[in-house]
Amino acid sequence: MEQYEPDRLSPAQEAAIRRSFRNGRAALSRRSLLRASAGGALAVGGLGALSACGIPAAGNTQGGVSAEDHSKEEKTVSFSNWTEYMDVDDSGRKHPTLDAFTRRTGIKVKYTEDINDNTEFFGKIKPQLAAGQDTGRDIIVLTDWLAARLIRLGWVQKLDPANLPHAFANLSPQFRSPDWDPGRAYSYPWQGIATVIAYNKKALDGVEVRTLSDLLDNPKLKGRVGLLTEMRDTMGLTLLDMGKEPEKFTADDYDAALARLQKAVDKGQIRRFTGNDYTADISKGDFAACVAWAGDVVQLKADNPDIDFLIPDSGYMMSSDNLLVPNKARHKANAERLIDYYFEPRAAAELAAYINFVCPVEGVKGELAKIDEDAANNPLILPDKAMQAKSRAFRSLSSEEETAFEEKFAKLTGA
Amino acid sequence: MTTVTEAPPLAPAPERKPPRKRGRWTPYWLLLPGLLWLVVFFALPVIYQASTSVQTGSLEEGYKVTWHFATYWDALSEYWPQFVRSVLYAASATVLCLLLGYPLAYLIAFRAGRWRNLIMILVIAPFFTSFLIRTLAWKTILADGGPVVDALNTLHVLDVTAWLGWTAGDRVLATPLAVVCGLTYNFLPFMILPLYTSLERIDPRLHEAANDLYAKPSTTFRRVTFPLSMPGVVSGTLLTFIPASGDYINSDLLGSTDTRMVGNVIQSQFLRILDYPTAAALSFILMAAILVIVTLYIRKSGTEDLV
Repeated sequence: MEQYEPDRLSPAQEAAIRRSFRNGRAALSRRSLLRASAGGALAVGGLGALSACGIPAAGNTQGGVSAEDHSKEEKTVSFSNWTEYMDVDDSGRKHPTLDAFTRRTGIKVKYTEDINDNTEFFGKIKPQLAAGQDTGRDIIVLTDWLAARLIRLGWVQKLDPANLPHAFANLSPQFRSPDWDPGRAYSYPWQGIATVIAYNKKALDGVEVRTLSDLLDNPKLKGRVGLLTEMRDTMGLTLLDMGKEPEKFTADDYDAALARLQKAVDKGQIRRFTGNDYTADISKGDFAACVAWAGDVVQLKADNPDIDFLIPDSGYMMSSDNLLVPNKARHKANAERLIDYYFEPRAAAELAAYINFVCPVEGVKGELAKIDEDAANNPLILPDKAMQAKSRAFRSLSSEEETAFEEKFAKLTGA
Repeated sequence: MTTVTEAPPLAPAPERKPPRKRGRWTPYWLLLPGLLWLVVFFALPVIYQASTSVQTGSLEEGYKVTWHFATYWDALSEYWPQFVRSVLYAASATVLCLLLGYPLAYLIAFRAGRWRNLIMILVIAPFFTSFLIRTLAWKTILADGGPVVDALNTLHVLDVTAWLGWTAGDRVLATPLAVVCGLTYNFLPFMILPLYTSLERIDPRLHEAANDLYAKPSTTFRRVTFPLSMPGVVSGTLLTFIPASGDYINSDLLGSTDTRMVGNVIQSQFLRILDYPTAAALSFILMAAILVIVTLYIRKSGTEDLV
């Protein structure tokens, strides 16, 4: 057995023992050493784990954009759409136009209303699309700017014109060639969305409004004006009101328009910026006037005769929700057939009669009149020549512009 | 008929095995599901967010960890008003919840008798509808020209609150007051339930004893009831304050541009501006701030139990 012999200890051992007697913080013990090394390992491991994360570049999907098309053997198509964006029968469970499509083609449609918000839906499908995986959806419906982003990122498939004869022939001219998808190579519009000014006659109480400037400046409307959180719609109308062109404005124009709105916010003129929930504010009269989407106004007007809309002389903003086929979708051909089907006047008319948005299909008037005479004459559903002439579109933005503009606009809305 | 059967002869006692030692690892196996859950749904997301907060890049080029800690400073210097506002609103809502919730919890615990269950159901019932719907209902309640706002205007209450800067003009909606009201309403049950559990546990004989010792009811409350209910007060305030400070729905629906809270900023950074690092950094700052506030608070309140 080894004996404890103090004078035989090496100088290092001796020093260690002496240190341990001191019992202070500096005393090196086995435990503190272990703790220290464990801490170090944790820190190193943690840092390693942190640096390993990263988010891959979004455009990295070269692994094959289109998956094998299973349309032939699997007679189905999966269609993701916004809520209340499809006709329903009286029972509220069936979609007549989709059923007619299935009867004619034998293709079953798995219809899901799982899109509530462009930004949220983008967050939902982003991981799969960025990793080059199937989202389980063959058709998705997204608003212009997000459709543009997906095309820019290479996350959606080019459509085959051979499968889209009706769509090609009947697409109405004002939707033909947006600058983010010239000639509609990747997308077709589902519905057009006109951004106009809505007002509540009772709440206005005789105050006359004709332009956006009236909303922003008239002191009688202080705290009773609403704007939309959708940057392109609010900023587009403001640019138009200032005599600028939303199709080709500059960054300076944008800043000027922003400053104009900021002034109105600082004065307390603007009650709040809203999403879809403005419908409650305007029908209760909390908003006397607000920027609004025409499809909603048609429905609000039917429920409440005090509500009406106006189109400023400077024009109104037109955007659309677009049908897209995401990468790796299993049933592309089926999806194209479904898209094409909705460009047949009869199906388009049935849909338009039910959902009241701007119909992007030509030659629908006759069919629509058979179903609903009023709808056929409503310029918010089938824009006449005068209406079409006033329709303007927001130009597409580069990714840097998009970030910068959205950030400035978010500041305006308080966040 | 009774037969007495003889008990069968006892079998020779089996050789007694030493009691099987419970595996040393058993408690850990039992903990495993919970730990896995925590790792997958708490630890990993936190690490992922921590990593995101020090990355730089863009959607197109991808994000890389560059240890860009300046994001934190930028986020804080840019959005400190929203942080301050969040803490202020959440604290006001918590105090209001306590003032409203304590008497109610007291009533349920000591005075409700056979109505106790009914009142409890009334407290919890709003939870059967969605958070969003409940908040939207407040827009109807507080609508301009509605009965509530009319009454407040007639009584000139809104003149006072407008002078204090809580409301604007003759309306309640789209003002700080509306946001705080919404927060208070939405988180009230989180205050009442822990308060009730800790009040209900107090032995009524303690009240009798206090009475026997000539304590006035107010003294009984101050010296007996309230101190014994402290755990409920602490956990109730935490359960109210923490989610309220991160909330963005109330500010979004009931507020305006000058009532935006940090939750709104995080939401818009994540979803609209797509500036993931800033959003992650903001979340971490919020988390750290809450942690500090809560730690100080628990130290001060001097209670170890949380229910």
